[in-house]
Amino acid sequence: MTTEHAIPADSVGVVSPLCARFDSPLTLKSGAVLPAFELMYETYGELNAARSNAVLVCPALSGHHHAAGFYADAPKNLGWWDNLIGPGKPLDTRRFFVIAVNNLGGCHGSTGPITVNPETGKPWGADFPVVTVEDWVAAQSLLADRLGVGEWAAVMGGSLGGMQAMSWSIHCPSRVRHAIVIASAPKLTAQNIAFNEVARQAIITDPDFHGGHFYEHDTLPRRGLRLARMLGHITYQSDELMAEKFGRRLREGGRKFSFEVEFEVESYLRYQGDKFAGSFDANTYLLATRALDYFDPAGDAGGDLAAAFAPARADFLLVSFSTDWRFAPSRSREIVDALMRNRRNVSYAEIESSAGHDSFLLDDPHYHSVLRAYFDNITT
Amino acid sequence: MSAFDGRVDYGVIAGWVSEGSRVLDLGCGDGSLLRHLERTRGATGYGVEIDIERVIACMKNGINVLQIDLEKGLYDFVDQSFDLVIISNALQTLHRTEKLLTEMLRVGREAVVSFPNFAFWKHRMAIMDGHMPVSDRLPYQWYDTPNVRFFTIVDFESLCDKLGIRIHERLVLDDDGQPVKDEPNFLGSFALYRLGGTGG
Repeated sequence: MTTEHAIPADSVGVVSPLCARFDSPLTLKSGAVLPAFELMYETYGELNAARSNAVLVCPALSGHHHAAGFYADAPKNLGWWDNLIGPGKPLDTRRFFVIAVNNLGGCHGSTGPITVNPETGKPWGADFPVVTVEDWVAAQSLLADRLGVGEWAAVMGGSLGGMQAMSWSIHCPSRVRHAIVIASAPKLTAQNIAFNEVARQAIITDPDFHGGHFYEHDTLPRRGLRLARMLGHITYQSDELMAEKFGRRLREGGRKFSFEVEFEVESYLRYQGDKFAGSFDANTYLLATRALDYFDPAGDAGGDLAAAFAPARADFLLVSFSTDWRFAPSRSREIVDALMRNRRNVSYAEIESSAGHDSFLLDDPHYHSVLRAYFDNITT
Repeated sequence: MSAFDGRVDYGVIAGWVSEGSRVLDLGCGDGSLLRHLERTRGATGYGVEIDIERVIACMKNGINVLQIDLEKGLYDFVDQSFDLVIISNALQTLHRTEKLLTEMLRVGREAVVSFPNFAFWKHRMAIMDGHMPVSDRLPYQWYDTPNVRFFTIVDFESLCDKLGIRIHERLVLDDDGQPVKDEPNFLGSFALYRLGGTGG
């Protein structure tokens, strides 16, 4: 039998999303209580008999549980980290049992603003409680219990996902053997929070936002989300990469002395903004950016990052990218420094890449060699 | 690099490492020295390397490696946080020699430094003959060498004196890796030092 698309040998192939329901109340860091919740997740590879080969992949801002492979009915919709996860790939599913999750407050099936609030029978919308990285880790740890994973061989993530990996190592030290923290930071800078605030304001001030209850009005704050994504995209790329990709090139027709799309970069940003606005939930965007803003383990430990990491027992790998100015290499060095002060095993690679923050999603050969070498030395 | 790289030097350095020491290895290459010290001395610590291919090699070797540019100093490292800071066959590849030596003894209780002796007689012969030396210890042409500082055993000891660095032990090796007693600056091709700060 022939198939229309041959599946590459290093692909996890066809995958299916799974849903775990938790009926015990979860008290969030804010004090709010979720009476029950569901988490969407996917798994790749097999849990071994010793249950010692599980790896948790934590999503970044717009990430979700579809990290690798594709769905039978959507062969082109590859998981967001498909270049990393698969048989023979750096995170080798022949050795590791990989779990990817959609966090609380997400918009891909886990309990969040678009799911129904049982108290009102309507979508949560803006009433969904503000969630933190620590809340996500708490929910993920319940999922780990459910799946029979007592201890992760590794918890990994890029950007906001890296913050979850750090949080795991601090709050569940005995459950994490390795923490892999990529293109992340120990906390956001004022500049970084400022970018998030502009994105949020774009959404909140969109007349179609309706205070977050736009679902009832059968609309969505498309313009706001679009602007938020356009702004985000600029900060996820480097000046260098944008110069390389677009330069000052004009689209066909050249200058029209108008404010239409004339430069290639304008066209690209509008495309990215439109694509995102049609597929992502505005309330989830607000929640995820707030989770980023609030993450500050040092702040919870008297301002001392080394003290914050004192409970950690994991070995660490930190990776940063030379042109990432949103989560610059110096921010990863702060983490390395705090870990050295705690005498943790830690390795750090600073990858030369022109692609800015988004580099963590790409497959730079040095970057992937680093991850491969690190994973290869993780015993299962 | 050369056939000498490794075993003889590693053995000497391992002999200077106390059991269970905290070690920082600057310019650690593929991490084999640190791995040797972990295995033979129960040492723990970190390697520092700038080259990504070597960083990857270190990771394959299973040692802690930090990709850091030593030219920018050791500012991240806490005072006296290591028993020993090693720079093995790499000091000559770095510009800020004085700063680095001082920093090594700020961060470490002791330091180990090894380097090729540019005044080794074969190197002198090469210069006499009108050429920059190329040897097992200096295996590069002048136009492709990673070395940026060219110094001798005598020069190095003068600098230690100037910086108030104490020489606890010295071992000079000849071309065959054998210890040299007499005329080390003439007969020695490679030198290893165990150093301490003004206080130590």
